Amino acid sequence: MSGFNYRAIWSIYRFELHRFRRTLLTGLLVPVITTSLYFVVFGGAIGSRMTQIDGIAYAAFIVPGLIMMSMFTESIFNASFGIYMPKFTGTIYELLSAPVSAAETIIAYVGAAATKSLIVGTIIFLTAHLFVDLPVAHPLAMIGFMLLIAISFCLFGFILGIWAQSFEQLQVIPMLIVMPMTFLGGAFYSIHMLAEPWRTITLFNPIVYLISGFRWTFFGRGDVGIELSLLFVAGMLVLCLAIIGWMFRTGYRIKK
Amino acid sequence: MPRMASIITVSGLTKSYASGFQALKGVDLEIEEGEIFALLGPNGAGKTTMISIICGNVRATGGSVTVAGHDIVRDYRGSRSAIGLVPQELHTDAFERVIDTVTFSRGLFGKPRNDAYIEKILRDLSLWDKRHSKILELSGGMKRRVMIAKALSHEPRILFLDEPTAGVDVELRRDMWKLIGELRQTGVTIILTTHYIEEAEEMADRVGVIDKGELILVEEKTALMKKLGKKSLTVVLAEPLAAVPPELAEWQVALKADGHEIEYLFDTQAERTGVSSLLRKLGDLGIGYKDLNTQQSSLEDIFVSLVHQEKAA
Ligand SMILES: Nc1ncnc2c1ncn2[C@@H]1O[C@H](COP(=O)(O)OP(=O)(O)OP(=O)(O)O)[C@@H](O)[C@H]1O
Ligand SMILES: [Mg+2]
Repeated sequence: MSGFNYRAIWSIYRFELHRFRRTLLTGLLVPVITTSLYFVVFGGAIGSRMTQIDGIAYAAFIVPGLIMMSMFTESIFNASFGIYMPKFTGTIYELLSAPVSAAETIIAYVGAAATKSLIVGTIIFLTAHLFVDLPVAHPLAMIGFMLLIAISFCLFGFILGIWAQSFEQLQVIPMLIVMPMTFLGGAFYSIHMLAEPWRTITLFNPIVYLISGFRWTFFGRGDVGIELSLLFVAGMLVLCLAIIGWMFRTGYRIKK
Repeated sequence: MPRMASIITVSGLTKSYASGFQALKGVDLEIEEGEIFALLGPNGAGKTTMISIICGNVRATGGSVTVAGHDIVRDYRGSRSAIGLVPQELHTDAFERVIDTVTFSRGLFGKPRNDAYIEKILRDLSLWDKRHSKILELSGGMKRRVMIAKALSHEPRILFLDEPTAGVDVELRRDMWKLIGELRQTGVTIILTTHYIEEAEEMADRVGVIDKGELILVEEKTALMKKLGKKSLTVVLAEPLAAVPPELAEWQVALKADGHEIEYLFDTQAERTGVSSLLRKLGDLGIGYKDLNTQQSSLEDIFVSLVHQEKAA
């Protein structure tokens, strides 16, 4: 047999979505509840004192950041877990002994994790409409941006899942690095509100560019130019693909 | 048995693990299409390592392997499509249902859906009634059958069974042997590893013995039994002996059954077996006997003596 093994991709993709379906209720309730809580705390409590940022209602302003933050964590968590579990339980033997290429493996696992992440992003988007008037300046760009973010963070999660050798390692990067960087990256404020030198320092945080880009698709403006945002997304995609390519070539932590 | 075309060719295969440990030291092996090949060897000999390399789970350090004409590295799709693997350890997705996990395996190997075929293997393995059970609800023996069903799901030409009967009760072991026999009838080539010699003796066409990463012998089972087969002669004595008389030292006999029997091991292929001279000597010494019997040594004896020779060398 030769050629593309699309049946393998479909099998893995379905298997992964099936795994998500087992925890469907929590999987969907959590983002709805979290979003509502953010609106109560940030939108209600803080928003009542801080009505506008850059001419945008504060409650609306935080929505893109909220979606991004949830999608970052969902993507990393689902993709890393998806490939870590077979390693942990040993069922990866089957994948390794199957006629499946590295590219097919990635498409299947990353595709499944990205699907779930997009579903969560959409739920938050819809839930937000219950609380606030939300204009979307560039709907197509918004969808495209969500897609790119889901894929690049799932690739990142995939790398993490291959790298991790314990559940602790699996948790440490999202909790200790991605989460703080997201909070500091302007998920809930504009970096223009910061005083120097913090503002300049913040510009070294790549998450700033991602959130700003997504916010641009809603309001037509962000903290940085949209071109710069796209450059960072593209950079992240290329970097993750390069690392994964290297991992598969060398069998890094996959094959003994 | 006439020699048939090789379906697997292993040449100069070596493996050093990251720890520096050399698990395979240049193995050459040809597996013939349609045969049952038993790979024997003590713990840590390198059996699983060799299988894992052929199947794609472990990278070889040196040497090459072709499966059904496909190089396992350059043309892994071709080689892996031909192989079904049942690994030594039970690795299953605990929360999946039996039928889902078997259907999944078929898809993973790129085969179109075939419910009738999946039903057939589940029935053959007595899993059909359990098809909607979650794997975690199954017993260990049942889980092993699920792993076999997964391996067979894509209709492989070659089946690797790494210790298929480890930790399996006698009845299930018999079932497994029967199943392997039936698979062989359909033309599937089977390579199995085992610690149970009777398993190889019962089923295999050929036997390979591996020790410390080296294949020390490959032989047709019957030829092996003949060539290395030792027989033992048991002499049941009329009167028990307290010790072996020094006159019998030449035959290296052993005293058994509290001195009621003496046992003499001899090589059936040797020019002089020493049997008649021993009996003559017993007569000369006035040692009477009631009965005599001879026994063919099992593969296990052969195997133990081989490994010992190897260790002594
Ligand atoms: N990942 C690894 N890293 C280092 N050494 C390993 C690794 N896997 C196996 N080994 C060593 O390689 C040798 C061969 O192991 P292997 O599993 O192939 O033996 P085996 O013949 O299958 O044994 P058993 O009958 O116990 O299953 C052993 O000494 C083992 O300790
Ligand atoms: Mg083994």
